[in-house]
Amino acid sequence: MTDFSRRDLLKIGAGAAVVGVAAGGIVRPAAAADLALTPEPGASLRVLRWSQFVQGDIDQWMANTKKFTEKTGVAVRIDREAWPDLPPKSAVAANVGAGPDIIVGFFDDAQLYPDKLLDLSDLATYLGDKYGGWYDVCTRYAMRDGKWIALPLGAPGGCIVYRKSWINEAGFDAIPKDMEGFLKLCQALQAKGHPAGMALGNAIGDGSWTYWLMWAFGGKMVDDDNNVAINSPETLKALEYAKELYPTFISGTLSWLDPNNNKAFLDGQIGLTNNGISIYYAAKNSKDEKLKAMAADIEHSNYPVGPVGHPTELHLYSQAMAFKYTKFPNAAKAYLQFMWEKEQYEPWQTAAIGYVTQPLKAYEQNKVWSTDPKNLPYRDVLKNMLWHGYSGKLGYSSAAAMNDYIVQNMVASAASGAKSPQDAIAEAEKRLNRFYKL
Amino acid sequence: MTVAVARHPASPAAFWRRAWEDRTVLSLLCLAPAVLLLLVFLTYPLGLGVWLGFTDARIGRPGVFIGLENYWSLLGDDIFRLAVFNTLLYTTVATVVKFALGLWLALLLNEHLPFKSLIRAIVLLPWIVPTVLSAIVFWWLYDSQFSIISWALTRLGLIDHYIDFLGQPGMARASVIAANIWRGIPFVAICLLAGLQTISPSLYEAASLDGAAAWQRFRYVTLPLLMPVLSIVLTFSILFTFTDFQLIYAITRGGPNNATHLMATLAFQRAIGGGNLGEGAAIAVAMVPFLVIATVFSFFGLRRGRWQQGGRDG
Repeated sequence: MTDFSRRDLLKIGAGAAVVGVAAGGIVRPAAAADLALTPEPGASLRVLRWSQFVQGDIDQWMANTKKFTEKTGVAVRIDREAWPDLPPKSAVAANVGAGPDIIVGFFDDAQLYPDKLLDLSDLATYLGDKYGGWYDVCTRYAMRDGKWIALPLGAPGGCIVYRKSWINEAGFDAIPKDMEGFLKLCQALQAKGHPAGMALGNAIGDGSWTYWLMWAFGGKMVDDDNNVAINSPETLKALEYAKELYPTFISGTLSWLDPNNNKAFLDGQIGLTNNGISIYYAAKNSKDEKLKAMAADIEHSNYPVGPVGHPTELHLYSQAMAFKYTKFPNAAKAYLQFMWEKEQYEPWQTAAIGYVTQPLKAYEQNKVWSTDPKNLPYRDVLKNMLWHGYSGKLGYSSAAAMNDYIVQNMVASAASGAKSPQDAIAEAEKRLNRFYKL
Repeated sequence: MTVAVARHPASPAAFWRRAWEDRTVLSLLCLAPAVLLLLVFLTYPLGLGVWLGFTDARIGRPGVFIGLENYWSLLGDDIFRLAVFNTLLYTTVATVVKFALGLWLALLLNEHLPFKSLIRAIVLLPWIVPTVLSAIVFWWLYDSQFSIISWALTRLGLIDHYIDFLGQPGMARASVIAANIWRGIPFVAICLLAGLQTISPSLYEAASLDGAAAWQRFRYVTLPLLMPVLSIVLTFSILFTFTDFQLIYAITRGGPNNATHLMATLAFQRAIGGGNLGEGAAIAVAMVPFLVIATVFSFFGLRRGRWQQGGRDG
């Protein structure tokens, strides 16, 4: 009976949403209005999330949490861990059936133990209906067999970060939208003594540009049915492009981990890289006049689009999971609902200075994207993102392949000439076959 | 015993008193805490690791027994074979250099030097500093843009561009080995110094009276008497080096293109990052035979009696 009512409500809500959007904007559909989640009496919650990239994030998160406690009486304890430590911790929690009630994790953790997670379909549907819907990539990460097993939080994503004056000097007004133009820009920058630089070492976050490159030309690790499909003319084209791009890089990128490009950029050694918004904010908030001046010259752009004709970006991606073992499932869902509502989410996103891009389309209107025009490209990173197991399914194989740096290694060895593109692809194929046979 | 029990069937206090006075029972009781700790914190994790290596356990999913499949699969994995090669190279080169330099340093520190205690304390510093901290220092030293080594050499006019320490496989391997050597020398030096100080000066006096030169005193007095300590230190040093993780993880994460991946870092990457606990455990277990061989060689090989007596083998 409850299900029937809820489904009916959702159907009406979806219809109202369509009417609302057609009427000239994203409005709150009346029928999807209130998801009344009443926390269990005496409930308390433990939430484990990633350590903040920027201080404003955690300050506002805590302030929002405090508001929730004041409103509901549910005490919430927030624990933090460096983000690479979260997958094993959440896996242990899932395995042993004890631990935090909610974990705000990364990538496809939820797909590894879907049966251990609370069904958040009602909440996700409610939020989606209310706030203009979720970006497509979010459904890939957060849904399983038609159910929402996680609640997308957003992406601490990356854009092309560059020095405006230097690309002008190189004869360009903006970052070209196509691959050919992008290569020419990098070559011109190199010729002017302001080389590009993107991580080719085992960098978890900033190394994701190699996926963009492979996908931009139509290459992919696996097809829709998880068959290894990396050995293709499209991947070869991508690697041939990488071979041309690599000489435009500053020396040493083969060993670059995540922090290297930030340091090199802020030191004025490179004119272009891929990164989160942190480089800009480090410069903007610096007490060093030289860096402040650099901030004025820093611009951002989304990645160029390759011959496939659609954006092919990959970013860090975060989503919350509530575990079935929690004694207070309603309280957990009520907490998530509260934190994701506009009144809390937008101030939090603003406090995080745009470091995290929203998963809900309505939050594109958040002023954080318009108060400083330099933030704007980060608004679209989730809209432009594909999932790391593209175009196959997410799960153990895709997680293992990503963590083994197969794509990064393939691009790095072909770009640097350590291997021919054909050999690099053959090696990647062999490595992928090991993971995808499982 | 039976009679005694029959005489005092209702006296547990007496039974415990007698048990307490019994040497065997007392020994067992004293041993129990240590045995328990070893069982819980050593035997169980080790046993679990070995078991996981025979399963297809994933993070978030208990595995089923698959026999040697993980091991067969690893044999066909180029990255695993590369990690084995890297680990052997890393351990061999680092251990040999650590011992050569460590022994040399120990001999120097054994001489009468001014501020001897202070110097000995300073020598220990690299060993005392947390590994991850020294790893970060080396990460900066080897940075392709900010390396102070490259900066200094450029300023001296010896090179015209910064050295790419971690970007090329050979160079990256040499760089991480150098970091390990820097960190490991104090352990070897201080342990060997302790060994040197147990050698009675009268032996050197006697050797000198017999006309032994410096090299002969070293070869026929110092080395044989140092050998028991040396073999223990060598064993430990091999174990530490072979299982190194932090230096690599902080400096290169196994890059470039897996050229510095060791078995320990690969095991972590596959088990925790990639979620494949079974394969990660299998990689970790695959380290055991190498460690056993190395231990047997260093522990027993170097402790052969005749060599210790100053004679020749065979």
